[in-house]
Amino acid sequence: MRITRSVAGRRRRTAIVATTGLTVTALLLTGCGGSSDSGSKGADADGNITLTLADFGQFGYKEAGLFEKYHELNPKITVKEDTTAEEKNYYPKLLQQLNSGSGLADVQGIEVGRIKEIVDTKADSFADLSKVIDVNEWVSWKAKQATAPSGAVIGAGTDIGPMSLCYNRELFEKAGLPTDRTEVAKRTAGGWEDFLALGEEYKKKAPKGTYFMDSASAMFNAVVSSSPEQYYDASGKPVYKESASVAKGWDLAAEAASKKLTQGLAQFEDQWQSALRKSTVATVVCPAWMAGQISTYAGDANKGKWDITSAPGTTAANWGGSFLAVPKSGKNVDEATKLVKWLTAPEQQAAVFKAIGVFPSNQGAYELPDVKSATLPYFNDAPIGQIYADGAKSIPEAVLGPKDGVIKDSISTQINNMEQRGTKPDAAWDVAVRTIDKAIG
Amino acid sequence: MATSTPTRDAYASPPREPREKPPSERRQLWRSRLWRFDDKASPYAYIAPFFLVFGAFGLYPLLYTGWIALHRVEMTGLDSMEWVGWENFDKILHDPEFWTSVSNTFLIGVISTVPQLLVALGLAHLLNYRLRASTFWRTVILTPYATSVASAALVFALVFRADGGLLNWTLGLVGFDPVNWANGHWTSKLAISIIVIWRWTGYNALIYLAAMQAVPNDLYEAASLDGASRWQQFRKVTIPSLRPTILFTIVISTIGSMQLFGEPLLLEGGALGATGGNENQYETLSIYLYNYGWNLGHLGPAAAVAWAMLALLLIIAAANWFIGRFVRKSAV
Repeated sequence: MRITRSVAGRRRRTAIVATTGLTVTALLLTGCGGSSDSGSKGADADGNITLTLADFGQFGYKEAGLFEKYHELNPKITVKEDTTAEEKNYYPKLLQQLNSGSGLADVQGIEVGRIKEIVDTKADSFADLSKVIDVNEWVSWKAKQATAPSGAVIGAGTDIGPMSLCYNRELFEKAGLPTDRTEVAKRTAGGWEDFLALGEEYKKKAPKGTYFMDSASAMFNAVVSSSPEQYYDASGKPVYKESASVAKGWDLAAEAASKKLTQGLAQFEDQWQSALRKSTVATVVCPAWMAGQISTYAGDANKGKWDITSAPGTTAANWGGSFLAVPKSGKNVDEATKLVKWLTAPEQQAAVFKAIGVFPSNQGAYELPDVKSATLPYFNDAPIGQIYADGAKSIPEAVLGPKDGVIKDSISTQINNMEQRGTKPDAAWDVAVRTIDKAIG
Repeated sequence: MATSTPTRDAYASPPREPREKPPSERRQLWRSRLWRFDDKASPYAYIAPFFLVFGAFGLYPLLYTGWIALHRVEMTGLDSMEWVGWENFDKILHDPEFWTSVSNTFLIGVISTVPQLLVALGLAHLLNYRLRASTFWRTVILTPYATSVASAALVFALVFRADGGLLNWTLGLVGFDPVNWANGHWTSKLAISIIVIWRWTGYNALIYLAAMQAVPNDLYEAASLDGASRWQQFRKVTIPSLRPTILFTIVISTIGSMQLFGEPLLLEGGALGATGGNENQYETLSIYLYNYGWNLGHLGPAAAVAWAMLALLLIIAAANWFIGRFVRKSAV
């Protein structure tokens, strides 16, 4: 093969080199630049705006029809919701988007287990809502959780999770336990020790294949969240190893596991869902939002079999709850802020509560009939408005830490191992400490 | 190449008597220099696109990962990097979970690669016979390879589900108790290996088949004249001719199993998948890296894991090379 060289040939070669060069440059540019499409396009020619709202789990706005209602009130604004099922998958994505500054929605949901980390490290990325929204309407600790050192409030409180106890009346009856909700509350009035004693009684006559509890880690959570001191002290130092509430919760969970009072299911996973469907668990520790989960997974077949009573003990607890935040980088910060204000106002929070049982953080909602006299037909017409509102008032102001969510998850996994695999409490605790220290470190 | 392209100097500068060069000759000289430069430089220009892309998307991230591995970098504050030296490596090497994932990766690697390659070899041998609709069969065995990891893993997750999974249902029909596949230390590894085997066997079989078809027919004819049976032909003719190919597939499968990620992540999914099960029973190195970087938010140790994985691969490659050399020597 002889290479014949002509001017034309050389030109062609230059052309090839040039095009490859260009292609490479183009690849490099696109690779580094990323796409800058963030979903919100500002207003179009007619002034129409599409606001995006990214959240996780179940915020209940769709179920309560609030986006349509907002569109009716503000015809130029359409709200688009982008929901991630598990918060654990949502949060890393949110951090990445905050880091890269692209892909953020106009409104972003933030879970209470993460709010401290966001306040500590990313407060500058979010708009201060305190000028627009009256934060004193919320239960007092809710606003503090979302307040940055500068005084800016970066998240509007959506819901809180006052604690109650959900129980299966049918299983209680078969095991010879009281079924009336005041009776059950009386039997557990002394706290979670009473609750476990009731569990032993249940176990003696338990219908075959059923367990008193779904998961001991839920009880652990309830115990810890009824205490002001949880995983961190006020100065921000992790103290979970010395924390009295953690120790108490851990010991109770270990006891429940060794006495085989629990089915040992990881909450929200497949097997947990099917346990509810098959009614193999008699109680579920019930923050307000849990009722919706139970009715969803237990299904219509079990309607009326469940009931709700106040949580064991006298100290109220809060488990979960979220915030809505507005990233500063959005194109419609003002409109997004207005939307957040509207969504977290008493009437709308009451509507969400009515729709899916997520309890309002806005105290103004507690006096509204939708909340005050609310009952849940699925749960034998339990007066949930009253049960939760009583709890909400006495919830202690908890000290939050940046890694609360991870710490809780790591301990839950190890409690699960004690329940399912019979891991010795000491061994399980060592693994928990190792995982947590890795997460904090 | 070398035979067909004579050096251009032969054309460019014929021997001349020394005299003053006219302008046309000076141009000639200039042109010959240009040619010579072209001759030397053009090949590099031709391969440059690959290396530019590789540098930008392969080498640069690799080196930058190494740089991150020596710093404290948090997901919550990417702009602040704090020099910590070898601390991140120290951290992961002293983390029992790291060693758990190393051994998991190896175990899953072995129980997926060995049966996979053996089955692939057998399949290739069968496909090498004269078959009706051979193209059809060859296409069929490649289809698992064409499915995405995610969809394959999700379908198998349904098969291996503890509660109402297809496999447990079948076992129940035969009278066995249901098995919580993902929960057990061995069952979970087995489940993941099955997904891997299902996806990659066909691919390897086709590679073997291609290599088998390149084996000269004379060898088989000679062997059958000597009275060798089919099995003897397979062992004494096919396998030795395939040795380089087998080595290649072993290397590729090893790299693949080091990077195993989608299958374990999706076997149970959710929070459990991200930590490789509640006792890390099926946590591979990639899952460990992902969990460290994305769930816990510490990018420094995660980067250190990436480099540790590279180091392990190099060790395996070296071992492979030595074993290969040993085998070749002892075969002679």
